[in-house]
Amino acid sequence: MTFLRRTIPLAICFVLGITIAFQYYVPNQHSSAFLELMTRWDKIIAGFAVFIGAYSLFHLHFSRIKFKAAGWGYSIFVFIGAGIMLFFGFYNEGEGLLADKQEGSMFDWLYIYVQVPAGATIFSILAFFMASAAYRTFRARTVESALLLVAAIIVMLGRVPLGALISPYLPLAADWIMSVPNLAAKRGILLGVSLGAIATSIKIIFGIERQYLGGGD
Amino acid sequence: MLDKFVNIDRRIIFVLVAIAVIVSLLLTFRLPIPPTPPVLSIYNTIEDLPPDSHVLIAFDYDPAAMEELQPMAVALLHHLYSKDLKVIGLTLWPGGTGLAEQALVTLAGEYNKKSGEDFVFLGYKPGVASLIINMGENLHTAFPTDFYGNDTQTLPALRGVHSLKDIDYVIDLAAGASAETWIAFGKEKYKFDMAVGCTAVIGPDLYPFLDSRQINGLMAGLKGAAEYEVLVGFQANAVEGMRPQSVTHALVVVFIIFSNAVFFASGGWRTTRKRLGGAGR
Amino acid sequence: MNRSVDFWILVGTLAAFTAVNIFLFLYGGFRIDWDSFGIVIAAGLTLIMYSFLYKDNPAFKIGENLYVGVALGYTVIITWFNALKPDIYEPFFVPLFTGTARPEYLVVVPVILGIFMVLRISTRLAWLSRWSFAFVVGLGAGLTIPNYIHTFILRQIEPSMRPLFGGNETVFASVNGIFILVGVVTVLLYFFFSIEHKGPVGVASKIGIYFLMVSFGASFGYTVMGRMSLLIGRMIFLLRDWLGVLH
Repeated sequence: MTFLRRTIPLAICFVLGITIAFQYYVPNQHSSAFLELMTRWDKIIAGFAVFIGAYSLFHLHFSRIKFKAAGWGYSIFVFIGAGIMLFFGFYNEGEGLLADKQEGSMFDWLYIYVQVPAGATIFSILAFFMASAAYRTFRARTVESALLLVAAIIVMLGRVPLGALISPYLPLAADWIMSVPNLAAKRGILLGVSLGAIATSIKIIFGIERQYLGGGD
Repeated sequence: MLDKFVNIDRRIIFVLVAIAVIVSLLLTFRLPIPPTPPVLSIYNTIEDLPPDSHVLIAFDYDPAAMEELQPMAVALLHHLYSKDLKVIGLTLWPGGTGLAEQALVTLAGEYNKKSGEDFVFLGYKPGVASLIINMGENLHTAFPTDFYGNDTQTLPALRGVHSLKDIDYVIDLAAGASAETWIAFGKEKYKFDMAVGCTAVIGPDLYPFLDSRQINGLMAGLKGAAEYEVLVGFQANAVEGMRPQSVTHALVVVFIIFSNAVFFASGGWRTTRKRLGGAGR
Repeated sequence: MNRSVDFWILVGTLAAFTAVNIFLFLYGGFRIDWDSFGIVIAAGLTLIMYSFLYKDNPAFKIGENLYVGVALGYTVIITWFNALKPDIYEPFFVPLFTGTARPEYLVVVPVILGIFMVLRISTRLAWLSRWSFAFVVGLGAGLTIPNYIHTFILRQIEPSMRPLFGGNETVFASVNGIFILVGVVTVLLYFFFSIEHKGPVGVASKIGIYFLMVSFGASFGYTVMGRMSLLIGRMIFLLRDWLGVLH
């Protein structure tokens, strides 16, 4: 069983990883066709991930209801929301799942008037908390935090039309901060993160990093 | 005594922010919105494209980022449709499908553009990097049908397009890491011109790509969208939003300066210095 | 005492919301149709979400959970119509059962791997999902190595290798070029933990921290900008689309 459970996945990962990495340096018709096929397969496999996501969420909320965890009643609304959406999606204006998606359906209405406003508003609440945090916790305690604070103020004012009215130099200063010190730091971080990703990829291909296998044998 | 000012109920701050937004929306005053070079560059690239060129817009966002990126998408589509360019829309985010379709179809109606002929909406596909490479090799195997179930091989809007190499300009409207993915697995591999419109939060992360000319234009946040609205002469939500944007930024700056003034006046910095010094020892 | 205050706030808000909507239907631009009803629902949900700013409350929790469910339902349906149906059902199952064309048999491989992936939720057969994850992770690793080296390493180092004062740029641009080079090197040095940050290395990493702090300040400024934009967008919706007081 170890062969099926561990050796085969490690072999799939190694062979595919090496082949695809080398494909980059062999740009001919056959290697391109191979790359196309593999990425097409990967795209199809990725479609199945939605079922894992749906199961995880339903399982979590079902458990909350089953064990009457604190606030379990609210979990019912996850099922109500998903149930209504899935019903109208499957119903597809009476055409069913196997027909093409119908336009102007109740499914689209629910998206535009329920999902869109709720999703957009939840994240906009953070605007209030950012303002509150700026007022209550943003202090120039050290040279480093003073630098952060001054840069933030210049960028905040220099990036809106009001900044140019205060001083024509504010937008210029904001531009300079963005395209010189900010760029340098972000490039440094990008180089570091990319080197890390490349190193991790090499470890994955050679089976040193095998967290994707999960626990067990 | 001064500490009382800093430790006020945060709901007072919330109310001040809300008032700042509502009042500055209701009062109409004009503010100058000159285009910055990275936004102007996108506009100029599109201006220079001959009619019937293919422009791909990736609507890689969902309702959470809609208020920043939908105005950007609308302004871009005004420009693209008015220039008689063939628009190809798609999304890597399932939650963005409806928003992308809404923008493409509503604007198409205004310019009398037909689905499949003047523009094509490919819809959503999973896979991200794999999908982009698949499109780079063969767009028709990546998207066998468009969003409405039509065979992409037969669509007039895609005539002459076999893969991403045949696209004249790609604009990624990004709310996450999709811009980097498009650059690494699309632009650099299949060599097309590319620009990014993104939420303000990820805007600073994309400056290295602007400097290395891996993207030729960048629109960040509602301000970027407002600049584009001014350029195309269609002033809507983004331009409207620049008044409250300016006022709320000024308010946050006042908050920071005031609370720091209180912090220094009440001697808070001395205790901080002592604490940091103590920790150092 | 507090509970009764909250109760009356809830009753007052509901009454005001109802009154405003009745007014909008009677004298505003609303008609008896699904679009107007949708705007009322959207406005109600927007206000329910903002009620969190007063304090965490049952209305917010219901709205939040409803949103999670609706978003999940939407994702599942969109994935079916946009991915699984055109990529699996139409090229394989339709020709197989109707005989109109030759089925794409190669689709079977990713379908099996996809089903294996879903088996992660089973206790007995979860090990089969390792094959699928091995495929996905192996492909991802293979794609990452050359593309990242080219895009994020070589192409990013290139601009810092441009000649300074070459005659084609201003003195200011050349000075900025030096700044960027110093910034990139010192930031990388700050993240390099294999040597002790003492002496010249300590000074350099300190400079790296300063660059990082300015960059974080810029990111903070942009984050404020982004969050405020989201709020402005919702306010425009409430004032224009719902109340009709903004034109």
